[in-house]
Amino acid sequence: MRKLLAAGVFALSASIAGAAFADPVKVGMITTLSGGGAGLGVDVRDGFMLAIKQSGNTEIEVVTEDDAMKPDLAVQIADKMLQSDKVDILTGIIWSNLAMAVVPNAVNQGTFYLSPNAGPSPLAGANCHANYFNVAWQNDNLHEAAGAYATSSGYKKVFIMAPNYPAGTDALTGFKRFYKGELAGEVYTKLGATDYAAEIAQIRASGADALFFFLPGGMGIAFMKQFAQSGVDLPVVGPAFSFSQDILGAVGDAALGVKNTSQWSKDIDNEANKAFVESFQAEYGRLPSLYASQGFDTANLILAAAAKASVKDKDAFRAALKAAEFTSVRGDFKFGPNHHPIQDIYVREVVKEGDVLTNKIVGVALEDHQDAYASECKM
Amino acid sequence: MQTALLIEQILNGLQFGVMLFLMAAGLTLIFGVMGLINLAHGSLYMVGAFACAAVAAATGSFWLGLAASLVAAAAAGAIIEVSVIRRLYDRDHLDQVLATFALILIFSEGTRWIFGSFPLYLDIPPLLRGAVPLPGGSAYPAYRLAIIAVGIAVAIGLYLLISRTRLGMRIRAGESDREMIAALGVDIRTLYTVVFALGAALAGLAGALVGALQSVQVGMGEPVLILAFVVIVIGGIGSIKGALVGAVLVGLIDTLGRFLLPMALAGFMDASSAAGIGAALASMLIYVFMALVLAIRPQGLFSAQR
Repeated sequence: MRKLLAAGVFALSASIAGAAFADPVKVGMITTLSGGGAGLGVDVRDGFMLAIKQSGNTEIEVVTEDDAMKPDLAVQIADKMLQSDKVDILTGIIWSNLAMAVVPNAVNQGTFYLSPNAGPSPLAGANCHANYFNVAWQNDNLHEAAGAYATSSGYKKVFIMAPNYPAGTDALTGFKRFYKGELAGEVYTKLGATDYAAEIAQIRASGADALFFFLPGGMGIAFMKQFAQSGVDLPVVGPAFSFSQDILGAVGDAALGVKNTSQWSKDIDNEANKAFVESFQAEYGRLPSLYASQGFDTANLILAAAAKASVKDKDAFRAALKAAEFTSVRGDFKFGPNHHPIQDIYVREVVKEGDVLTNKIVGVALEDHQDAYASECKM
Repeated sequence: MQTALLIEQILNGLQFGVMLFLMAAGLTLIFGVMGLINLAHGSLYMVGAFACAAVAAATGSFWLGLAASLVAAAAAGAIIEVSVIRRLYDRDHLDQVLATFALILIFSEGTRWIFGSFPLYLDIPPLLRGAVPLPGGSAYPAYRLAIIAVGIAVAIGLYLLISRTRLGMRIRAGESDREMIAALGVDIRTLYTVVFALGAALAGLAGALVGALQSVQVGMGEPVLILAFVVIVIGGIGSIKGALVGAVLVGLIDTLGRFLLPMALAGFMDASSAAGIGAALASMLIYVFMALVLAIRPQGLFSAQR
């Protein structure tokens, strides 16, 4: 009888505790904070931490480590976070090759992975997993939108270019899926390359009427500057990555007028976004990039799910994540069957506001867009 | 149009090679004279680029920035020589690698601490903007031609310095027998500091010149450093002539490979796979070339070693 009573009291207290406080959540963030890609990781982290800070939720603990853009290092950090830090959720990876090295193993061990950036095609299709959620996009998405924009703009002969790694092949595949004209040329560059003279010479000789390229981070800065200096005068279309706020300053006026596709822009007109842009600027003294918006959304998704379910109850927490009942700064957001977003993708133009280069929305490329791999995902 | 494209690509290869020469010359000089492996050479390249970008942004003049890059890199070189490198001459190469690797981390984090994680803006000077017409109807960026000219001038200058001046004589002597020239009363410590600062200034110059073409960011020196090592291994360690020939060969092989291989493969496979496989093969070419050179001449093309 005493035992039963004790058990009853225990159960009651546990249920009260459960109702009053959610369980603490431990988040492991593996992101790129040094080397050429550091700007992206810093923005994801800063956006993420801003949301945590604004929530006032002290039950969420975040451990952050720098992967230096190296797959082997990312795997090591992930092992350490899973085994000794015992994190409930992993997040933060910027690059697709690192995501492919870390994510399958982590989600198979029962940990949740929320991607604030990379969305390689295998993880959206054949290798999708119930514990893997992508809060940014599937890799092809922004490129598909660029293809759709190139088609609607009437370009007939586009030269396309991307680095030779998973996200690069995804980019060109995505562009071709929605582009109806012919290709003036297709070139893969070395990942991390900083000199594009050889490629620019080919573009010049190809007789193209427009150029599409995907070169994230420092690669895009180098390319855009060299392209502007080369005297080749073609309209340029690209995904937002080469024209995001974190690098526009370094590209300079060479980027003016370029059209780029993005699921987020600082001028998307909704309350959450306005508040985000203002508070990000107040906190860090710079304009947020789309990476910052993705980090911010990822943290808010975790906060929303943690308010509804304990992270220890994996099925309930998964269902809470899947419902995605948070206010995304990009406006409408929901998950498709493969846990990748269904969302609008905009066309932006690089403009100058005062002295600051930034982006302005000029149209919608694809509405309520879902990725092409969802049907291959069996879960 | 095809010949024009080829001429342009050869110029591109030359320009890339000349830029590698500026890095490799300092590296090989330091290795040849002092027997020191300096992994932090790429950091000096980064120092040059950041100094140029910061001064150019503050003053509005690229040329002041360029001067600042030489001064800053030479000063950084002299400081690390006196404070760290000096203790490493008598140690083995493994200790040198370890210590200079630590310097890379210190330089990278220090630069991040001062300038932040986001890339800096550095544009080419107005004087060198635009393209110069080439025979065959094509055009070539004036700035890249200027880099080729600077590289050739530096090569000639180094040749004259080493073969015609007292300092050059001491450098050559230090290369052959350092105990003997020390015994003859040459201040070997100062000589080493001067050589190190000279090598650093060359790396800084390369960083500043290339910074205007690329992005000025933390960690920009390491990919170039790897190529510079490939160059001096091909050219023969310690030989300036070897560095020049090796750099131009690597520049041409890399550029032409990136351009011709996908084209050749497209002859018998679809364009998309040819582009992917061609790019993958092209990125290996210089290493294959290095292996070939080492198989035939293990000491490199123009080895200065006895």
